[in-house]
Amino acid sequence: MSTDKSKRIVIEPVTRVEGHGKVSILLDENNKVKQARLHIVEFRGFERFIQGRPFWEVPVLVQRLCGICPVSHHLAAAKAMDIIVGGENLTPTAEKVRRLMHYGQTLQSHALHFFHLCSPDLLFGFDADPAVRNVIGIAAKFPELAVQGVMMRKFGQEIIKATAGKKIHGTGAIPGGINKNISIEERDDFLKDIDQMMEWSRGSVKIAKDYTIENIDMLAPFGSFDSSHMSLIRADGAMDLYHGGLRVIDFEGNKILDHVDYQNYTDYIAEEVKSWSYMKFPFLKSLGTDKGWYRVGPLARLNTCDFIDTPEAEAARKEFMAVTNGKPNNISMAYHWARMIELLHSVEKIKELLNDPDLQGTDLVVKGDRREEAVGLIEAPRGTLFHHYKVNEDDQVTMANLIVSTTHNNVPMNTAVTKVAEEYISGVPEITEGLLNRVEVAIRAYDPCLSCATHAMGKMPLVITLYDHAGNEIDKKSKQ
Amino acid sequence: MAKPKVATTSLAGCFGCHMSLLDIDDRILKLVELVDFDKSPIDDIKEFTGQCAIGLVEGGCANEENVRVLQDFRKHCDILISVGDCATMGGLPALRNTITLEECLNEAYLDGPTVYNPDGVIPNDKEIPLCLDRVYPCNEVVKIDYNLPGCPPSADTLWEALVALLTDKPVSLPYELIKYD
Ligand code: SF4
Repeated sequence: MSTDKSKRIVIEPVTRVEGHGKVSILLDENNKVKQARLHIVEFRGFERFIQGRPFWEVPVLVQRLCGICPVSHHLAAAKAMDIIVGGENLTPTAEKVRRLMHYGQTLQSHALHFFHLCSPDLLFGFDADPAVRNVIGIAAKFPELAVQGVMMRKFGQEIIKATAGKKIHGTGAIPGGINKNISIEERDDFLKDIDQMMEWSRGSVKIAKDYTIENIDMLAPFGSFDSSHMSLIRADGAMDLYHGGLRVIDFEGNKILDHVDYQNYTDYIAEEVKSWSYMKFPFLKSLGTDKGWYRVGPLARLNTCDFIDTPEAEAARKEFMAVTNGKPNNISMAYHWARMIELLHSVEKIKELLNDPDLQGTDLVVKGDRREEAVGLIEAPRGTLFHHYKVNEDDQVTMANLIVSTTHNNVPMNTAVTKVAEEYISGVPEITEGLLNRVEVAIRAYDPCLSCATHAMGKMPLVITLYDHAGNEIDKKSKQ
Repeated sequence: MAKPKVATTSLAGCFGCHMSLLDIDDRILKLVELVDFDKSPIDDIKEFTGQCAIGLVEGGCANEENVRVLQDFRKHCDILISVGDCATMGGLPALRNTITLEECLNEAYLDGPTVYNPDGVIPNDKEIPLCLDRVYPCNEVVKIDYNLPGCPPSADTLWEALVALLTDKPVSLPYELIKYD
């Protein structure tokens, strides 16, 4: 407890009780925001308990960290283990089936996030009655849209099942390759529905675009701030969700890192530990803890790439970049539009892959010189995901280091919460409905996986408690 | 007659079991006809509004808050179900049970290759809950009425079990729906 004359407000998403994350706000004597923090309250210890396990288990084990985007962990670990077995130059069939799995994952995750979670905020407004501002409200008022959301997610999950063997926690990727290809029947089943998916994803981009442009005056300042952006990038500068080099740009678009081989990521990136969160705070070493943080995820990827290699998503990207005159877009709420452009891109990629006869190839695994250390990176739906392992000669893991997408966005989410808190609290020593609603909207733009608990299916019920400097509760409100 | 209420929660789980429930796809609309969701991440309800017929628990107990939530669920739910391997036997998070908590914390916050921690801080703020010495399956903390195995149990498994309980039929899960993975 602070000893000065300050007040504390605590906001607990999905409840203190479910505890994966919560927000506390400290006020000074004049009721101005002194500090706002997003606390991550979960600790797993994965880096330690994975030690001693055989390396081939890892792609199957690690995905159990997150059931919302397990494929991302599965593939990032598999990419590291490819290097361990000397098989990083996958066969065309293996690489394409893995990519198909990954685009299916991106489709289902983005559809879930946008339709099940965020569309209520966008379609009903931030201040709408919480009783209708949820996915069941969407189903009642916009039944077609709700069905589209459910069916797009289902299509993505079915792709995952066909490539990984199971919708959640599959086994498809193995060190050096994959364990099954795609049959003609499976392919034809998907091809039947692909044009419908294309049409729905075009519609999704339009909803997000129209919403953003119509409300740009309100959205532009909302929880927004200048920052650097990081993502993987293909050798020719194209967006690539599966593989590439690291690129980081500053808020104006100047390149800080470009085409960096991520095997050397520890030369560039470190993570600061703070006492008030189980989640660390990554930063670029060259810029230090104060200035070195950056954003990842759909917004960052749109900002860093030079172009998208599928025609419809590329046209959508140009419209997106036009809003900021070709400069990086630093508006937090623009994440939604960027996310829907990636959803369209994923469907275009799925269509391209389904028509590729390599999916029926039978050359599935390669092996080469055994190595002891490897890094695997992938662009997960929420941003760049790092897996780093060391393996001894008995095939046991001796070191594991993971930097997950949401962790990269730790400082950005804290910054967004601070911005919103400053706007909606300063001068008023009480918790307003506007604050309650907007803190969750700002966090949700980043699609954080901490909210595995908090927002997977619906909304983040919030409780805010206001304390005076002595720790006495003076106000408490929850959103019900 | 009022519809029976169902509550769900995720403790030390990965949310995959909740995702599997979502994989019933369009049957979710039928489920909403059969039940009202009470306290759950699916809706806005933070505290129990009353007694629930069924509570679905994903994940075991890894910290003090998990224990509190689980006890709260036991109190408010007539039937309490462990969903998935984490709730039933600890699952992947319980791999840490063979190692001391201190070693796990040291690896994450002091020894990792990208750690920057000049003051040697281990997260300990009072805003974040204390970790338990090990991960406990739910039935070591409260009485559990049913276990649905799988990681996660498939959407069909969850659907069959829920519908049987809600319509007062015996739960019958054929061989294909029982998986221990
Ligand atoms: S049982 Fe499996 S799917 Fe369910 S929470 Fe645990 S790891 Fe996730």
